Amino acid sequence: MSRIDPLLTVRSLAKSFGSNQVLRSVDLDVPAGTVTTLIGPSGSGKTTLLRCLNGLETPDAGTVAVDGGPSIDFGGTVDRRTLGQLRDRSAMVFQHYNLFPHKTVLENVIEGPVVVQKRPREEAVTDATALLDRVGLAAKRDDYPFSLSGGQQQRVGIVRALALKPKLLLFDEPTSALDPELVGEVLSLMKQLAGEGWTMVVATHELQFAREVANEVVFMDGGVIVERGAPAQVLGSPREERTRRFVQRLTHPL
Amino acid sequence: MTGKDLSLVIESFWPITQGAILGTIPLAIVSFVIGLVIAVVIALMRLSKITIVSGIARFYISLVRGTPLLVQLFVIFYGLPSIGLTVDPWPSAIAAFSINVGGYAAEIIRAAILSVPKGQWEAAHVIGMSRGVALRRIILPQAARVSVPPLSNTFISLVKDTSLASTILVTELFRQTQEIAAFSGEFMILYLEAALIYWIICLALSAGQNRLEKRLDRYVAH
Ligand SMILES: Nc1ncnc2c1ncn2[C@@H]1O[C@H](COP(=O)(O)OP(=O)(O)OP(=O)(O)O)[C@@H](O)[C@H]1O
Ligand SMILES: [Mg+2]
Repeated sequence: MSRIDPLLTVRSLAKSFGSNQVLRSVDLDVPAGTVTTLIGPSGSGKTTLLRCLNGLETPDAGTVAVDGGPSIDFGGTVDRRTLGQLRDRSAMVFQHYNLFPHKTVLENVIEGPVVVQKRPREEAVTDATALLDRVGLAAKRDDYPFSLSGGQQQRVGIVRALALKPKLLLFDEPTSALDPELVGEVLSLMKQLAGEGWTMVVATHELQFAREVANEVVFMDGGVIVERGAPAQVLGSPREERTRRFVQRLTHPL
Repeated sequence: MTGKDLSLVIESFWPITQGAILGTIPLAIVSFVIGLVIAVVIALMRLSKITIVSGIARFYISLVRGTPLLVQLFVIFYGLPSIGLTVDPWPSAIAAFSINVGGYAAEIIRAAILSVPKGQWEAAHVIGMSRGVALRRIILPQAARVSVPPLSNTFISLVKDTSLASTILVTELFRQTQEIAAFSGEFMILYLEAALIYWIICLALSAGQNRLEKRLDRYVAH
């Protein structure tokens, strides 16, 4: 864990949709083995930032570098292969899980390793089974996603991401589509992953998770990073008025 | 119904059914399979971001759906020879029906592809798939499920539409009936018999459609 050599480095990242400037010069450093949580009001650009890191969106300008990969400069034209290198280093966990409904739990997990990464099928199955076992879903291996609860589906979503062996895990509000009583099982799995040294960037409204698990909390508003720092500082005694009001609203909604 | 009528119905049943087995059914199946291939290609072209490509697909669909099938059939069988291109009845019929199914099914398949949630494309991207692989392994299987009911209806329509091939001398169910009717002069009874046989075939196909849908439903919540 060294602050000098971050696993993810983002500089001056910008992205617009038409005339809507969603990200304005975002800088971000994520050291290996740390958890960064992105918080901020709806529309502040959290999802867009995560999507840019994974190549789901192509930024208009700025650079992104992930562990050992090239520092990709989006100021110029970026070809598909370079974008592919960015994508292959990270894996996204979606708010709505986005499991493949026509594939069983196991098939969902091994699809990437076998079809894309060309790993031997038996090896992929062994790995996937071990991962599913770890998250308590070994018994659901051959079930289709529709028969699983939201919390179970999201845990499969996380396993599907882990099976790709990425350097960086990206989570876009992984618990906000869940019934409240199912949030805990997903958050505790994420906490466990953080403990194992996974590098994670997590957009979330779960301040409790940010407090307990994050190394750094980043508060975004209007496409810029307004404030960042240790959870206790940003959530406990924010320097910026906008941060203070946001945290206040989340902590005391009424 | 007199005894004479009844014995005519019984006597003609086998020749008419033969027309169905050797004409109507193979004509419908072959045309449908070729038509589906055309339809997938046209649907993908229609979804292309390249304007010329989607334009060609749009033109094809518009032309096929905006002209009567009978006219399409006549253009191929009676029209082409006048520019020196003679095509036999069977290939003419298969060409016309395939082209026709291609136009209608393309819109069904396009709608089915669009009905697959965007998140499925995104999940495929995240696990590293190219667009082509995502289409083949993730999107089309889900689109297939959605398009089974409308495509079944297209197939059932096609089975009935093959009766038009009688006008270009293809020996199928209806032409067979016409010949027996002309010979015996018993039009009413024989055409009703033909209608009944078409109906039975369509009922069987509907039953098959239901079973297929149930099977495909196994991974969808009820
Ligand atoms: N594909 C798109 N096309 C056009 N505008 C978009 C697109 N995606 C996002 N936006 C816009 O970008 C802005 C930021 O959206 P984004 O989803 O990144 O915010 P967010 O911080 O994730 O919000 P939330 O908490 O609601 O998820 C919004 O104004 C949104 O309307
Ligand atoms: Mg969002």
